[in-house]
Amino acid sequence: MSDAYAHPNYIKIWFWLLGLLALSVAGPMLEIPVVTIITAFGIAVVKAYLVAANFMHLKFEKDIIWYLLILSICLLGVFFFGTSPDLMMTEGDQWIDCIADKSCVEQRL
Amino acid sequence: MSMHGPIATHRSSSGIPSGRLAIWWLLASEIFIFGGLVACFVLFKLNGTPGFEDASLTSVTAGAINTFVLLTSSLSIVLAHAAIEKGERDKSFRYIWYTIGGGVVFLGIKTYEYTGKIINGHVITENLFWSFYYTMTGLHALHVIGGMVIMALISFDIRKGHNYQRVELIGIYWHFVDLVWIFLFPLLYIANF
Repeated sequence: MSDAYAHPNYIKIWFWLLGLLALSVAGPMLEIPVVTIITAFGIAVVKAYLVAANFMHLKFEKDIIWYLLILSICLLGVFFFGTSPDLMMTEGDQWIDCIADKSCVEQRL
Repeated sequence: MSMHGPIATHRSSSGIPSGRLAIWWLLASEIFIFGGLVACFVLFKLNGTPGFEDASLTSVTAGAINTFVLLTSSLSIVLAHAAIEKGERDKSFRYIWYTIGGGVVFLGIKTYEYTGKIINGHVITENLFWSFYYTMTGLHALHVIGGMVIMALISFDIRKGHNYQRVELIGIYWHFVDLVWIFLFPLLYIANF
């Protein structure tokens, strides 16, 4: 069996998660884009932290697990920023603005 | 706990039981699978690719209910872990099956959603948004099904008094499935801007 943890109050954390879920659904009803982004994605990050830290016991886990996960997320960032110019830039001799001429939208489908 | 399991579950040269270390390695690889999809989705959306306005056609209510179901199932599997640490096999068994029940409800709602969308002509080839929608939610649903099957196997195992540590391992996996949904929900259902 696993090494023993001091189990947090899971019910309390679950109530917090439900409260945050209600906020994330209510936020976009204001129809303000900034509020929508903050309530949708900002709250998602907080919910993810609560689940990872308490339910997955990450806050009790050894540093090596944190390094493993942070490294994975950093490598994902490399992938994200490495491929973004290919999608986001449509200028220069080698670039084709496929959104404007709609040529490659058809190809992607 | 049974002392007749594979030796890797008892070895902890890194200070972490090998089974748990393996689960974290698995989840690190899953970050690339789902993270890659999410990254591509965000890039296409930011680039103004046609079709992404269809996010307004997904059902926020269905997505929110499914989020509630997964958060609740996460609670039940962590309670199963807490119970088995105290040696309460029957209680842990029950909590595991509540979690599986949550998975069934989640898949039922997802099936209802898929059916409605397909009837209305929103199929995977309609545009890039629906390609991402079905790929991401479908892959996530496969993870839910896989988790439910493994949980069922583990539940019978612990009832016989074997491999208690596996309740924690499947719990970590299930919470990750919950985490993925926590990000898919705003991306596909509520952040239509």
